[in-house]
Amino acid sequence: MQPDDVRRALTRIAHEILERDKGAADLVLVGIADRGDDLARRLADEVRRIEGPEVPVGVLDITFYRDDIGMRADAPEVHETRIPFDVSGKVVVLVDDVLFTGRTIRSAMDALMDLGRPRKIQLAVLVDRGHRELPIRADFVGKNVPTGRADDVRVLVAELDGEDAVVVEGAR
Amino acid sequence: MNEHLLSMHDLSATDVTRILDTAESFREVGTRVIKKVPALRGRTVVNFFLENSTRTRISFELAAKRLSADVINFSAGGSSVAKGESLKDTALTLQAMGADAIVIRHSSSGSPLQLTRWVDAHVLNAGDGTHEHPTQGLLDLYTMREKLGRIEGLRVGIVGDVLHSRVARSLSFGLVKMGAEVTLVGPPTLIPPDVSAWGVQVSYDIDGVLPKLDVCYVLRVQRERQRLEYFPSVREYARLFGITRDRVALMPEGGLIMHPGPMNRGVEIDSDVADLPRSVIEEQVTNGIAVRMALLFLLLGGGKGETA
Repeated sequence: MQPDDVRRALTRIAHEILERDKGAADLVLVGIADRGDDLARRLADEVRRIEGPEVPVGVLDITFYRDDIGMRADAPEVHETRIPFDVSGKVVVLVDDVLFTGRTIRSAMDALMDLGRPRKIQLAVLVDRGHRELPIRADFVGKNVPTGRADDVRVLVAELDGEDAVVVEGAR
Repeated sequence: MNEHLLSMHDLSATDVTRILDTAESFREVGTRVIKKVPALRGRTVVNFFLENSTRTRISFELAAKRLSADVINFSAGGSSVAKGESLKDTALTLQAMGADAIVIRHSSSGSPLQLTRWVDAHVLNAGDGTHEHPTQGLLDLYTMREKLGRIEGLRVGIVGDVLHSRVARSLSFGLVKMGAEVTLVGPPTLIPPDVSAWGVQVSYDIDGVLPKLDVCYVLRVQRERQRLEYFPSVREYARLFGITRDRVALMPEGGLIMHPGPMNRGVEIDSDVADLPRSVIEEQVTNGIAVRMALLFLLLGGGKGETA
């Protein structure tokens, strides 16, 4: 995906969220660190452009909820969690860059539940690359990308990487 | 990072920064309604305390519980240690029961190191004799960074019984590693003879040092370790080195007062000084939980050296 493709996908997802949830009342966006939070802020900008209201954006780090702690050589790197609003009663749209095994999303839902009781949790991803290991699906998808299990799919965002792109590298 | 935490010397400056950054995330967890994350579910942490302690033991217990680990507290009284079981046999028993981490406090310097030779668990030194107390040193570094925005270039005075203080050793080593300027202040009898290797300054004149300090770190007068007469009387010590309101007034504005606790109010620190807004003694305690969570997470969160 090129920068324009990423922009169009985010615009469409913003429309879909507003259509599905009938507006932006009670809507909050929570991006999964890192890169998911940048995408969540972009979606919030799109929502504001389309409908007007300011949608709260939070960032969630799922490190402490991972299911593979202690199975890797090094402890995972920890990012910041900053959700400066109460998620109870809200429609929370989780935002991540790539949906793969579904384990990150499982962790994110657990983390979110510890912070309150959302009315509804939905999932928006820029890329769905398949190979789920858990019964999880996305509500809003930028692009479905068929991949091999060992392929490397990387989403680049301008905030961190200087440009927007989705890069698929085949396994060597 | 090493498999164990025995001394500040086990850590590089990069390790220290990583620990403090991770602790920052755990500070956020401490502000939630549910102050608990499942990171160490199913792991067992043993608090093995053979010397009295309030805050360190409770702090480690809370840290492990907030990570969802199972915690066993274990002290000399009421255990087989009182029946004369050796340290080694006790350690092997803990090992046989499947401890993943052992937090040890012991009156003999070097006992945590000795423990690592007998058990597979990660060992965390929670104070060994007059050697080191690295988790205290790290929480002090965290508090300075949080309050003053940096560690590098800070001017820190460590005042009092440096000779017997494992806190002073860990903190000095940590501060020097992170690029701060350390001055040890106290009566000559309580400054260790090997101090030239620490990379710190020494002064016997508290009033001359205070105007140049960003942090005045006050050590406890350890009456239980005063086997010889290191100073003529507690009253004389309080007069020459006690931190009073008049002495605090010599410090630059915004300078911090810190103390590892427990305090002897009226001896090394005046009661009204301890309660000043610039005294961050309670924040040190709160930060201690987050720093210990970070350490347990970073030590236990990786595999034991093998790659998965």
